[in-house]
Amino acid sequence: MHEMGIAQQMVNIALESIPRDIVNPRVENLNLRIGKLAAVVEDSLKFCFEIITKGTPLDGATLLIESVPVKVRCRACFHGWEVEGPVFTCPACKDGAVDILSGRELEISSIELADD
Amino acid sequence: MEINIQRKVLEANETQADRNRKYFSERKVFVLNMMSSPGSGKTETLSITIKRLMPHIRVGIIVGDICTRNDADRLGATGAPVVQINTDQFGGDCHLAAHLIDRAAREMDLDSLDLLIVENIGNLVCPAEFDIGENAKAVVLSVTEGEDKPLKYPLMFQVADVALLNKIDLLPYLDVDLNLAVDNIQKVHPKIPVFKISAKTQEGFEGWIGWLKGCVNG
Repeated sequence: MHEMGIAQQMVNIALESIPRDIVNPRVENLNLRIGKLAAVVEDSLKFCFEIITKGTPLDGATLLIESVPVKVRCRACFHGWEVEGPVFTCPACKDGAVDILSGRELEISSIELADD
Repeated sequence: MEINIQRKVLEANETQADRNRKYFSERKVFVLNMMSSPGSGKTETLSITIKRLMPHIRVGIIVGDICTRNDADRLGATGAPVVQINTDQFGGDCHLAAHLIDRAAREMDLDSLDLLIVENIGNLVCPAEFDIGENAKAVVLSVTEGEDKPLKYPLMFQVADVALLNKIDLLPYLDVDLNLAVDNIQKVHPKIPVFKISAKTQEGFEGWIGWLKGCVNG
C-alpha cells in the first residue's frame, strides 16, 4: 500500500547518484536488495516505478531485485537458521527470543547506466 | 557503467525517526507506537489505559487516521492532550511516517508529559515498516479477527514488543481458540508478552498497565 512512497524515495536516491557530468544519462538497471520480511509487494513497486519515471533518466529502467532471506539467531541457545515461513520458534531449543540478522532490507545497491 | 550506491531506500524516514527519538529522550518522554488493524478496539483500549495511568503518569496522544477527528474527540474526553493527524492531506497514507510525528509532537508540551502514545493508522502491514522514533511498539489484535492473523501478518507481530488480545468478552459467542491465538503470536515472536483484555469490561488490564508503567518508570 505504501509502494508509491517507496518508489518515490528510490527514484530520488537513484537520480541523485547519477554523475552530473554525464550528458543525457539513461539508467538501464537499478539493483535492489529487498528482504523477504519487508512489507513490499514487488509487482506494485515495479508498477509505481514505471509510472513515476516517465520522462526521467530512469524511464524504462529494469528493477533487478535480489531477495534477501530471513536469517535469525536464538538468544537462548545461539542457534542460527533461515526462516522460511511465519514461524520464528527456534528449531533447536523450542524456546528463546530471536534476533533478526537479515530479511528486512530495503536498499539500492547500484544503478547501471547505458554506455551510449 | 555501474555506480555503486548502497543506500537504504527509507533512509530519510529513518534519519527523521532517530531525530524524533533524540527529541523525546531529551524531554524524558517514553513513546509507544500502538498499531492494529481497523476496528480492533485500539481507541477504546487507549481510553481505558489513559484513565488507569493518569494522573500519576501524564499521558499525551497523537492519533493518526486517514480521515475524521472522531478518535481525537473520543480520547480528548479523558483529559489527556491529543493531536490528530489526518493523512488524506498527504495522499491518504496508510501509515504514520516520522516527519508527521515530528510535526504533531511540536504542537504538544512534552515537558509536561511522561508518556506519549501514538495511535497509528489501522493497518497490519505498512505501519510495521516505518520507524517513527518510538521506544516501544504495541500491537492490538481482537479475537474477532481470527487466531491466524499473526501468521498472516508476521512482520507486524515480529516488530512489536508487546501484544494485546482484545475483546475477550466476546469469546462465548465466537469459534475462536484463545490459546491458539496466543500461540500464533508467540510462534511469530517467541517470548513476546501477550495480555488478554476486554476494553468493554475492562478485564485483564492490570498486566498491561503494569508492563507500561515499567517502561515509563524504567
